[in-house]
Amino acid sequence: MKRIGVFICHCGINIKGTIDVEKLTEELAEYPGVAYIENYIFMCSEPGQKLIRDTIVEHKLDGVVVAACSPTLHETTFQDALDEMNINRHQLEIANIREQCSWVHDDIEEATRKANLIIKTAVEKLKLNESLIPISAPLTKRVLIIGGGIAGIQAALDIADGGYEVILVEKEPSIGGHMIQLSETFPTLDCSQCIMTPKMVAVNKHKNIKLFANSEVESIEGFVGNFKVNIKRKPQYVDPDKCTICDDCTPVCPVVVPSEYDEGMSWRKAIYIPFPQSIPATFTIDTENCLGFNPIACTKCSDACEPDAIDYDKKPEYFEEEIGAVIVATGFDLYPVENMAEYGYGKYPDVLDGLQFERILSATGPTGGEMHRPSDGKVPKEIVFIQCSGSRDPERHLPYCSRICCMYTIKHAKLYKHKVHDGQPYIFYIDIRSGGKRYEEFVQQAVSEDGIVYFRGKVARIYKEADKMIVHGIDTLTSKKIEIKADMVVLAMGIKPNNSAEKVISNLKLNTDENGFLIEAHPKLRPVESLQSGFYLAGTAQGPKDIPDTVSQASAAAAKVLALLSNDEISHSPIVAIVNEELCSGCGICVSTCPYGARELDEIKKIATVNDVLCEGCGACISVCPSSAAQQKNLTDEQILNMVKIYSYL
Amino acid sequence: MSYEISRNIVRNELVGKIEELSGQNVFDCYQCGTCSAGCPVVEYMDIMPNQVMRLAQFGATEDLINSKTIWICSACLQCSTRCPKGIEVAKVMEALRSINLRKRVGTLDPNKIETEDLKDLPPIALVGAFRKLTG
Repeated sequence: MKRIGVFICHCGINIKGTIDVEKLTEELAEYPGVAYIENYIFMCSEPGQKLIRDTIVEHKLDGVVVAACSPTLHETTFQDALDEMNINRHQLEIANIREQCSWVHDDIEEATRKANLIIKTAVEKLKLNESLIPISAPLTKRVLIIGGGIAGIQAALDIADGGYEVILVEKEPSIGGHMIQLSETFPTLDCSQCIMTPKMVAVNKHKNIKLFANSEVESIEGFVGNFKVNIKRKPQYVDPDKCTICDDCTPVCPVVVPSEYDEGMSWRKAIYIPFPQSIPATFTIDTENCLGFNPIACTKCSDACEPDAIDYDKKPEYFEEEIGAVIVATGFDLYPVENMAEYGYGKYPDVLDGLQFERILSATGPTGGEMHRPSDGKVPKEIVFIQCSGSRDPERHLPYCSRICCMYTIKHAKLYKHKVHDGQPYIFYIDIRSGGKRYEEFVQQAVSEDGIVYFRGKVARIYKEADKMIVHGIDTLTSKKIEIKADMVVLAMGIKPNNSAEKVISNLKLNTDENGFLIEAHPKLRPVESLQSGFYLAGTAQGPKDIPDTVSQASAAAAKVLALLSNDEISHSPIVAIVNEELCSGCGICVSTCPYGARELDEIKKIATVNDVLCEGCGACISVCPSSAAQQKNLTDEQILNMVKIYSYL
Repeated sequence: MSYEISRNIVRNELVGKIEELSGQNVFDCYQCGTCSAGCPVVEYMDIMPNQVMRLAQFGATEDLINSKTIWICSACLQCSTRCPKGIEVAKVMEALRSINLRKRVGTLDPNKIETEDLKDLPPIALVGAFRKLTG
């Protein structure tokens, strides 16, 4: 029989406050298999670990139960202590008497009785634990990045600079994301394109980056270190090698559609280049609107194209790439502004959303950077900004703070004032959140220097009178009802996860929160990893954030990936399912149950098999197996029954 | 009743005058309320010192000129000393008093002030009035 040592932690008063540890020690000392028992104030401290190490030698222990906090916190700590003493780390069991006992009870006697049972079950499990060694698997040193906005670009450059190959997939014809649409960026007012295009060019030129623009990730199969990704490249119908970007095609194209880059405030043709600095710099034909797919209807661009680069019959291309890790950087969309009918969006052409106003401010925008309103081109002299449009409204819209709207609104007001010196910006707000570095200074300077009037309160309604929009709101600081005859209204829309990323995220089975943002492995300590091994998160796909935070997170995700790729092979937990070949009837229920694709039928032996490296040890196949042929290592039916028996004596 | 606001109101002549006389930028104020919290006579005022700054930002100058507050203020400078944005609120009060006094409406004969009125009148109002309306 194993000689098991039981170590009970006080965790200060977290455990000792509710559980009588002395009584517990006394009660369990005589339990069969327990060779030694001790309690100590902090088992996780170095003296606590030393106590375990010394006792292992002194009492010739070959198994250890630590009765303390959840195994998610210190299981590794104590496993490492066993490693040091040359005892297999799977001869450690954690009895969780804190989260599952002392923290949720207040009756000392009852809690002590429950702790006693929890420890006994851990001892029973440990008695039959096998010594296991980690499973190793090969590691493909290439990375897939989904999304070519600033997050994807930054992560791609960092990993590529680290010497590893990157596959960057962007669904739009050009990389750049939302950042390339912005005019200037807070709080330094750098021109967005000026700081972003060098990075876009670097992506294009980098020998380690393979760019798939106008492409989508269809599926990813495999496991950390060994994924296979299927990428669909939508046809552009223009051969980038032949196209000289002469732009002879767009003037002859008869189809006019609203420009996505200008947020619908200017027009583009069905054959187009999204914006002057597009990467890759090639024209694309918009399948939905081009008439050329019917050869009788139109071939105007093809006729005009001297290098003969246009081919209407192009089909989508499919690629399979092997990769070791994935960074998901699928970004955001504005909260649907159509939902803000109370502010007149859609009804009045001079009610805009934040991104549309960015385009009006931008030198490459529909007005060439001059301040004109869409309806009649007049220069707006009275302009109202409404913060928290769609955000912080749990009853009707988004419950959360979108984090960037306060700052982009004050930037808008400031840039407006720079263009229209005699104009007056008003901002309706609930709170001003300017927590970033130099953000508060930026806000206060803008208010003081540019005379921007903030009203603390929301807008009740907006209606039109002649060519003005009458804005009714409140200033709760003075309890005054406010009325402004505005020439233009800008809604500081909140942000939500990218609409078109929903499909890819659900295909990848990545966990999302109730708002659709990707969930990180730990909100504080593992903020850039997904719980799914091998997946990393960057940018607004994980939650609302500004450019500095996005870039930091992208670099952090890249660092995590670089750390993974610096290993020679992947180490996988040996706690996996096994099949008793004598008992297995090859019914295949396990194959259809396994969420990881780790189960397969051996056609020759007519039994089910387990692919060790794919198995995550979830136990789903074990519970459905009708013949008990499937067992989990170190959690066999026998072990579970022995653990349950402890409670049957009650 | 809604308070109608426009760029001409926000930047009206009187706001300019207040800023010129006081040397303060009314937009520096971010409404923390330190001035009102520390003011020893705030309970006698009809508009609190922070509201004076706020109304100046809106261009609601009529409310300010006609307020009792500017006469209740004893110019103790507590607000100016404590303001985290370095605004000399007391100078804004003084500017508002000066704007009123510069109108030189009527003359004042100190001998004709009733003793009963003297009891009620804030000293700063008397000093201000003597300075401008007795010459």
